[in-house]
Parts: sequence; structure tokens; C-alpha cells
Amino acid sequence: MRVIAICLAFGLLTASCGTADEAPPSPDTLTLVTHQSFAVSEGTIELFEAQHDITVEILRSDDAGAMVNQAILTKGNPLGDVIFGIDNTFLSRALDAGILEAYESPGLAAVPDDLKLDPEHRATPIDFGDVCVNYDRSVINDGEAPKSLLELAGEPARGMLVVENPATSSPGLAFLLATIAEFGEDGEYTWKDYWADLRDNDVVVTAGWDDAYYGRFSGGAGQGDRPLVVSYASSPPAEVIFSETPLDEAPTGIMEAGCFRQIEFAGVLAGADAPELAAEFIDFMLGVEFQEDIPLNMFVFPANAEARLPEAFVEYTKIPDTLATISPDVIDANRQRWIEEWDAVMLP
Amino acid sequence: MLSVDRLTVELHGNKILDGVSISVADGDVLAVLGPSGSGKTTLLRTISGLQQPTEGTLRWDGEDLSVVPVEERGFGLMFQDYALFPHQSIGANVAFGLRMQHRPLEEIRARVEEVLDWVGMTGLEDRRITNLSGGEQQRVALARALAPSPRLLMLDEPLGSLDRALRERLIVELRQLLVDHAITAVYVTHDQEEAFTVADDLLVLRDGTVAQSGTPEMVYRRPADEWTARFLGFRNIVRARVIAGEAVTPWARFNTTADNAEHTFVLPPDGLTVDPDADLKGTVVGRAFRGGHYLVQVAVPDGPTLDVEVARNAPTLGAEVGLRIGSVVAL
Amino acid sequence: MGRRDAAVTNATRAQRVDGAGRLLRSLAVGIPLVFLIVVFLYPLASILITGLSGDARPLAAFGDVFAKPSLRGVAWFTLWQAIASTLLTLVLAMPAAYVFARYEFPGRSLLRAAVTIPFVLPTLVVGSAFLAVLGPNGALGIDLSSTIWAILLAHVFYNYAVIVRTVGGLWANLDPRLEEAARILGAGRWTAFRTITLPLLRPAIAAASSIVFLFTFTSFGVILVLGNLEFRTIEVEIWRQTMSFLNLPVAAALSVLQLVAVSLILLAYSRYQERRALEQSLAPASSTSRKPQNAREWWVVGGTLSFTAIFLGTPLAILAERSLRFGGEWSLAAYTSLGDGADSPLFVPATRAIGNSLGFALAAMAIALVVGILASTVIAYKRGAVSTWFDLLLMLPLGTSAVTIGFGFLVAFDSPIDLRTSPILIPLAHSLIAIPFVVRTVVPVMRTIRSRLREAARVLGASPLRAWREVDLPLIARSGLVAAGFAFAISLGEFGATAFLVRPDRPTLPVAIFRLLGRPGELNFGRAMALSTILMVLTAVSIMAIERFRVGDTGEF
Repeated sequence: MRVIAICLAFGLLTASCGTADEAPPSPDTLTLVTHQSFAVSEGTIELFEAQHDITVEILRSDDAGAMVNQAILTKGNPLGDVIFGIDNTFLSRALDAGILEAYESPGLAAVPDDLKLDPEHRATPIDFGDVCVNYDRSVINDGEAPKSLLELAGEPARGMLVVENPATSSPGLAFLLATIAEFGEDGEYTWKDYWADLRDNDVVVTAGWDDAYYGRFSGGAGQGDRPLVVSYASSPPAEVIFSETPLDEAPTGIMEAGCFRQIEFAGVLAGADAPELAAEFIDFMLGVEFQEDIPLNMFVFPANAEARLPEAFVEYTKIPDTLATISPDVIDANRQRWIEEWDAVMLP
Repeated sequence: MLSVDRLTVELHGNKILDGVSISVADGDVLAVLGPSGSGKTTLLRTISGLQQPTEGTLRWDGEDLSVVPVEERGFGLMFQDYALFPHQSIGANVAFGLRMQHRPLEEIRARVEEVLDWVGMTGLEDRRITNLSGGEQQRVALARALAPSPRLLMLDEPLGSLDRALRERLIVELRQLLVDHAITAVYVTHDQEEAFTVADDLLVLRDGTVAQSGTPEMVYRRPADEWTARFLGFRNIVRARVIAGEAVTPWARFNTTADNAEHTFVLPPDGLTVDPDADLKGTVVGRAFRGGHYLVQVAVPDGPTLDVEVARNAPTLGAEVGLRIGSVVAL
Repeated sequence: MGRRDAAVTNATRAQRVDGAGRLLRSLAVGIPLVFLIVVFLYPLASILITGLSGDARPLAAFGDVFAKPSLRGVAWFTLWQAIASTLLTLVLAMPAAYVFARYEFPGRSLLRAAVTIPFVLPTLVVGSAFLAVLGPNGALGIDLSSTIWAILLAHVFYNYAVIVRTVGGLWANLDPRLEEAARILGAGRWTAFRTITLPLLRPAIAAASSIVFLFTFTSFGVILVLGNLEFRTIEVEIWRQTMSFLNLPVAAALSVLQLVAVSLILLAYSRYQERRALEQSLAPASSTSRKPQNAREWWVVGGTLSFTAIFLGTPLAILAERSLRFGGEWSLAAYTSLGDGADSPLFVPATRAIGNSLGFALAAMAIALVVGILASTVIAYKRGAVSTWFDLLLMLPLGTSAVTIGFGFLVAFDSPIDLRTSPILIPLAHSLIAIPFVVRTVVPVMRTIRSRLREAARVLGASPLRAWREVDLPLIARSGLVAAGFAFAISLGEFGATAFLVRPDRPTLPVAIFRLLGRPGELNFGRAMALSTILMVLTAVSIMAIERFRVGDTGEF
């Protein structure tokens, strides 16, 4: 009955029911499930297509969270073969749901150990980037920029900071995690006390990164009036590269403390039509061509230590000294509670 | 007493009214007669204050009305098609003006009852407006206009959309009502019979100007010009030259008191009779039964066709008849 | 041929016509019904069942919703902000409804069309422009961002056109002599409005208010961008519970709650729709409007239009201005770089997004027209319960959260044909949203075609089908064009439902704008603003085209 109803409805709209693809795994396409931010140079994917004589089809979800949730909802009958873009804040959710097959890529040899968060190799690290507070260099001199999270809650930074809501924004969540790692849940001064101080220091919270960066931040292309914003360590080079007239130096800088590292993973989807191709695609993503293409397209660092970084990227990007870390399972176990507690502090 | 002096109204560059002066004495009914587009409705809208005059003055008992807003003029206007409030009952419609005057509820109820009684709608206060017949709506609209006892009542084609029989009955009732309650009124219509029946004074409006004014009898007996005569329903009209007290028309020669010049002459329908012995001969070219009489059209040589009313034994088409000319009016 | 044969032939012909009519009627009911079941009800039920059965104790999620103070707060906020938004929209838009209905002035139909543009623009685009007006550096000079006022004003901005069109539509047909009659009977300007005009406008006010209430009750983008989750509607909470927490049971419970609330609103709305058919002395719109005649009227018209232009125009103008500024100077750089593919984060040249959007919009328009017009015939010609429920069912997608629909598609369309990632889902989702607008545009026109016209055609020798084709169809076709323009514009600007679909790499304009806004760099920002401006212009063009085909003033939008 369902078949008839659906064929009836769609027969009118699409060509016909006969063309629908019900065939067993066809080795001529590989479907990549990813999110909005995935970007590569023209010709990069084509390299893989040429090597294997297949077509790579790309499916996009809204963001990493939506992508993981959609993958979980379609568990067992996945939308594609390989998934890219699961970050460490969603990693445990994906692993616990069992949507990924284990695959240990030979490329992992060139990846530093601190990026390999899944000992069973269901998730393979592809890139990483740091969420850091950026400052507008036209307002704040490099020497006077805040040097610690605590300074952001101090009088000199009053009314200057814009952060994203951790419930709706991935850098927002990363920044919350950085503060939790820094101040902890117990003791005299917890992360909640810190946020209460931020709130009293007139911090602005926006729903998304774009509202914060373009809407409220004053640096770079920002249209706002606040010189401090939670963004990426790679935002300064992006400002240089995406500018019409060449810039000698980045208009923004980063605060090197209180950064949180986001690692993006790829994996073979359980129940994929073409698992072998998917595995080879993971190898490809860890390969030098793809890895060297990453920085200028996605503005994050390649996981493969052997990949050379583009000059502009090296020149304008800093890798922060200290990093906050929380393991993915702790994040997943506490995410909802932390966000709700954050809500309670910030939106009393 | 209402006096309107040289009233001019321009809309989008067109002169709708051009120098119209009228006056209505207390208790009198002035009928404004004119074809559609002659500016009748605009005249009422201007008197009521809905339309600002371009020039001219409006006075009531000498008081200049130009600074008095619509709602404070104390006039009543019965709209063409009535403009009854569709969301209110008959009673609420009639009570509207009284409520605006903040009269006590008891008084309002009594007055509504009284006015509805005048118009023959006794006890129908709670009925809805939406399922009334045309005649009933007309009565309610009249009652609504009368209820607040306006100093001047204006009626815009109040019987326009009703059937003929109803119209003939209502116009008599209406005249009686206006007279009984000594209501000062301006009555606008395009129908001369209606105007004659209801009016103390008559004003004929043509393209925004006054074509003629006077008592109905005066106007009927001596239309001011050919246009007015035709508008009043005269059909046999002819221009003729008067030489030494005698007018020469294609049909006949008449004696007339008019001076030596070209004049327009009107033959009233009752001034013509069929008479086989008459000198003027013609052929019947048209014949229509009009209930009380026949209207017979007779073609005469060398002149316009004449319309003759014949009570009975009307001649048949093609018959040769003689016509006797009675009274003739020089305009 | 004998008389007898002729009679037989006539009988069979009558039967054939009858059969054709019956087939047509069952298609008219069947196609929209099947469409709705397959594309809306089935995915909706799938995701709700998935959600609610995920909990060990079914229905426990409902308990959570009512027990948790934060969720109760969300429900309360949703309700009161919707009421406040509706009232504020009414108060601010009524003068414009009046001026557009009662006065003639140069550029009237152009301006009336322009008022509709915000209604179909994607929220994320306008959100940032709104921040530019109401934010700390804003043109207003006061910082209203993160206050409820920003949300309320944005809601007014979006729904202004609903009041101007729906209330203004009836107002234009309201006999002005009724108010004049009241004035002569001694009522002042305000009293005449309050006692006569307002009660007569009530059906339109109620209908428009319930539409505005529906839109603001289920508001998502505006609340997210301007409310920063400090303020959350049920719709936003469904999204948050689903996306951040994957808490499907609570999301499902909230979805059901919202559906129930929306159904109640729609029921109230359709009751007013019925009453709207109530006899009123309506006058043709052309006879009720005139040029302003004196200084006071010119002030009323000028003042209202200036307010409308400033209120609606400023955010739009800021978007356009930003797209033309680069490195602090006037420049077309943002536009000229739209064709670049290689260094664009879109992965494809931004210009291709325009093509994608136009293609999807055409497909969505076609689907919405076919389904919408068939459904309209059922709603317009069948009175009573069938019509009411059908109408309500078609409106329901407007009140369903986009996440719920998106995830519903994902859960439901896996077999027998895997449509979960098919590009057809995009126009299908868009058409779900556009169909109610098609119906709202076409049904009033169908209802006004008086049966007497059709009877006249019958008397002149036309068969029932022929009479419909000769009389109804040409009139409906024009309203169909209007509906098509609207469906097209809605699809162009749709973002919510598109965002929650897993889709092949064919970004629509709003998606491309969203992606560009997700990247740092002045060029990306400029491109986003340039695409927003292009979207705005495309929307404006389709809306302006609508005005040319409008049949009188019938139709609600």
C-alpha cells in the first residue's frame, strides 16, 4: 500500500518509479555525507574520482550537529558511505550510536597521537582548529590584548566581548568547554561563577557565529562595535585572504589562552553500500594533496603532520600555547546539563 | 433656514457644482431635480459637510457652517441605497443618532418606537437589516434619519431602487410625514413626478448649475428652456419665428403674446387632440398602449413628429388623422 | 436518426459528462489528499512515533514538558509574544491598510506590492539587517538588540503585509457611506470608526490576526537571530532539543503541543472565514478610494506612507548598501566576485545558487499550483465540514516545525524508494509551505464567481464542464497567476525547511547566503550581502508581477 501511495504521488512529480535506485551496491559512486562548512579546491575531489573511476556525490547537512543527528536517525540504512565533519564535541554521540565502522587508515601514522581520540579507529581525525578569542587590532594593541580568560571578566574588558550561545553554535560550545576545563565544576570559583562575572561584565551572547562576528564584532569585516569575539584562531588569515585589496597584516589577532581545540573526524558509515571505497576515501583525505588543500578552504589545520602549510596561513595564524581539553565522552555525558546550567546563569 | 450662496465644488479639476444658490425656509420641502451626473448628490454631501466647497457659503439661520464639522451640524441625510449598518439591528440603526446625542436609554427606546411607528415598522426593533426588502430598508433609513430630529433632512433618491407601484405609494406617505412633522427637507431625485409630488419648491439642476427654480406649478407651466422642458417630459417642442403676434410653425400658425423674435414653443400633451375636422393632417407612425391612454405618434408633412395622448379609440398604424392644437406655451 | 435514438444518445452523453465530472471531482479531492498524506502526514507521524517511542515510558515526555519550569516558560513566552506581536502588528499596520484602501496616490499599486517583500524574505538575511538598525551602532541610536522589542518589531516587519492586504482588502470594499452616515448622525471621526468601520472589518481583522498569530507563534529565525535563545518559542525549543540534545521524546511532545495549539488557531480562523461570507454591503474598490482632498488628508497619507517606507525600507536599504560597499568605499566587487568558483566557500560559483533557486522555485510553484488549485475547488465549492477540515489540513504545515518535517522526511522516505537525499524533497518541502497561500489566493476568487454567471453560460448552451471552462477558468487562471507568483517568491526565500534536509550539493540562494555568512572575510560578507540583494530583487519582481494579474481585490494576500 505504501509503495502504491508513494509511487502515485511521486510518479506525478518525478520521472517514474522505475528509475528509482534500488540496485545492490553500485561501485560507481561514493556518497560523502558532510555539512555546510566542508569545502575543497576545485579539482581535489576530481583527483579521487579519476583514481577510482567513480563519481563522488556530496550530501550536506546544516551543521555538524544536524549531520550527526541525521546519521543517527538513519542508522543501518545510511544516506551515504563516508561521513566527514564529526567534531570532538559530537564524537561520543556518534560512537555510542554505533553509526561508524572501524577502519584503521595507514595514513594515521603521520597523525599526532593527541588527535586520535578513538582507540578503535571508528573515527579518523582529518583536521583540527582552535576556537580562540579574537580581538580587533584597530582598537586593542597587541600588547594590551587580554592574556587569560579571567581578564575577559575584568573591568578593562567591560562591554567588549561577544560570545555565541553554546546551544546553537559550535564555537560557542567550544568556548564554554574551554571555561569548564579552566575553572572546573568544583571549588571556590567554578565555571558558573566565571560566567556570572562575564554576564556582569556586559558580555553579549548571539545565536550564531555569523551574528557575533559580522553583527557585533568591530574587527575585520565586522559591522559591530565590540572588539572581542569568540572565533577561530584561523580567522585572522581568512581576513587577509578574503580581502579585495591585499593586506600587509591581519586586521585582527587572537588571544592565545583559553582556546579549545576542535578536531574533525571522518568515518565509514555502518551499512554503507561501498565500504571499501569509503575506506579509500578516508585514506585520500589523510593524503598529502587533500591535507594541503584544507587550510585555505576550511581554515583549519591538517591532521597529517607531513602536509605543508600555505605561506599566508603560516604567516598569519598562531597555534595557541595552551589548550583546554575535555574528553569526548565527558562532553557528551554532560552537554545537556552544562548548556542548561549555562542558560540558568546567563538567562536568569 | 438654510441658505446656500454661490456654491462651487471642484473635484479633480472638474466643476461638479458651479455657483449654485438655494434657500429652504423652515418647514419647507425643496426638491432638487436633475439627471444623473448633474451634481445632486454632491450638493447634499456639501450641505452635510462630507464634501468641502471650493467656493461659496453655507449658512443655517445666518450661522456660517464652514467651520462646523459634519457631526455637529444636526442635519440628517438619507443615502441613496440607504447605507444601513449591516451589523446592527433595525432598532440599533434607528437609535444610532440618539446615542450619539447621549440621550437617556429610556428616551432613546421611546423615540425609536415612535419613529418606527411613523414609518409603519412598529415593533420590528430586533429584526436584522440583512433580510429586509427594499421598501422596508427605505423605511428604516428614513426612521434612522428622522430619529434625532434633524434641523434639516436631506434625502438622496430615497425611492430610486424601488418598484413603481411602491414608489407611488411611498412618495405620498413621505410627503404626508414631512408635512405632518413640519420637517425642513431637501429632496433629491431624477424623477419629475416624485419631485412635483413632494416639493414646496423645485430646483432643476443641469451640469452643476441651476437651470430653473420656483414652485412646481411655475416650473411645469413655464419651463425655462428647451432642455428643461424636455427633462420635464414635454415632447412636442418647436422653434418658431414670431411676427406681429403670430408664430409660424411647420404645423400651424398661433397667436402669441411673445415679441418679434425666434422663440421655442411647447405643446403640452393635453393641448393636442385628435379631431377629424382639424386642418392639420398627419399619418399615425407609432402607437403604444400606456394603461390609462395611448401614446400615438403622428408624422406631419414639413415638421417634427407629434406625440398625442388619446384616451380611447386610438387610430391604428398608418391611419390618416386630423390634429387640433389647443394651448401653446412660449418659453 | 429517430427521436428515441437521440434520447438514448443524450442519455449516454449525459452519463459520460457525469462520469467525467465524477472523475474530476475525485481527482480534486484525491490528489491533494494523497499529496498531503505522503508528503506531510506520513513523515510527521513517522518522526513523532520515532520520538515518542524512544522513551521507555511513552507519553512521559509530555509530563516532562509540563513539569519542567523552563519548558513551561517557553510555552508561556511563545503565547504572550505571539499575542503581543499580533496586537502590535495590527496597531502599526492599520493606518497603512486604511490609506491603501481609501486613497489614490501615485505609485499605489507599486508600493502595495513592495510592502509584501519582507513577508517572503528569509529571516537570517533580515535578522542581520535588523541588528544594523536596532543594534548598538544602529540607525535608531538605541540598542534594542537582545530585547523583546527587537523581536516584536521584526515580527511587525514581517507581517505588516498580512494586515495591509487582508484588512485593507475588505476595507477597500467597504462602503464609505456607512461611516459617513454615522458622521451625519452625530458621530465624531473616532466614534464612527469604532462603532461602524471596526465591527464591519472584524472578519478581516480576525482572519489576518489569526494568520499573524500563527506565524509569530511558530516564529523561528527571528527569535533565533534576535533573541539569542534568551527568548525561546516552542519552535526554537523543538530545534534545540533535537539538534543540541537529540532529545527526540521531548521534541516530539513539544511538536504535538504546538500542532494542537496551531490547530486551535486555525479552527478559529476558519470559523471567521465562514462568517466572512456574511452579507455585507460591499462596494467595488474603485468606487471607495479617491485622491486626498485637503491638507489633513495629505498629512494622513504622507505620514502613513513615510512611516511604512522607513519602517520596512530601512532594513532592506541597509542590505543593499552593504552589498555595494567594499573596503569602506562604494564598489561592485562583491557582485563581480560572485562568479568565482575556486576560492569561494560555496564550492560552486555563487551565481549557480541563483540558478538552483530559480529551478527549485519553478518546481515548487508547479507542484503548489496543481495541488493548491485542485484543493481550492474542493474548499470553494463544497461548503461545510469537508471544506473546513480540508482547509485546516492544508494550513497545518505552516504550523509544523521545519526540523520536525526535515527529520520526518529522513525517517519516512527510506523505502521502498530511497528519497531521503533526492533533490525533489526541496521543492516538495517548499510547496508544502506555498500551498496554503495558493489556496488563500484562489478560494476567495472561486467563491466570488457567482453561480449566476455560470447559469448564464448554461442558458447560452454550454455544458456544465464547458461553462466552468469558459467562465470560471479564465477568472481562476488569473488568480492562479497571482498564486504562482506568491509560491515562487516563497520558495525563493525559504530557508528553514531547506536547512534541515540532507541535500545534494545544490545550494539555494538562502543556503548560499547562510554559508557565506558562516565564513570570516570581507569578501564573503560582501558576497552574502550581494546575494541577499539579488534575492530581494528577484522576490520583488515576482511580487510586482503578481499585482498585474490580480482580479479586483479578492484574495487574501
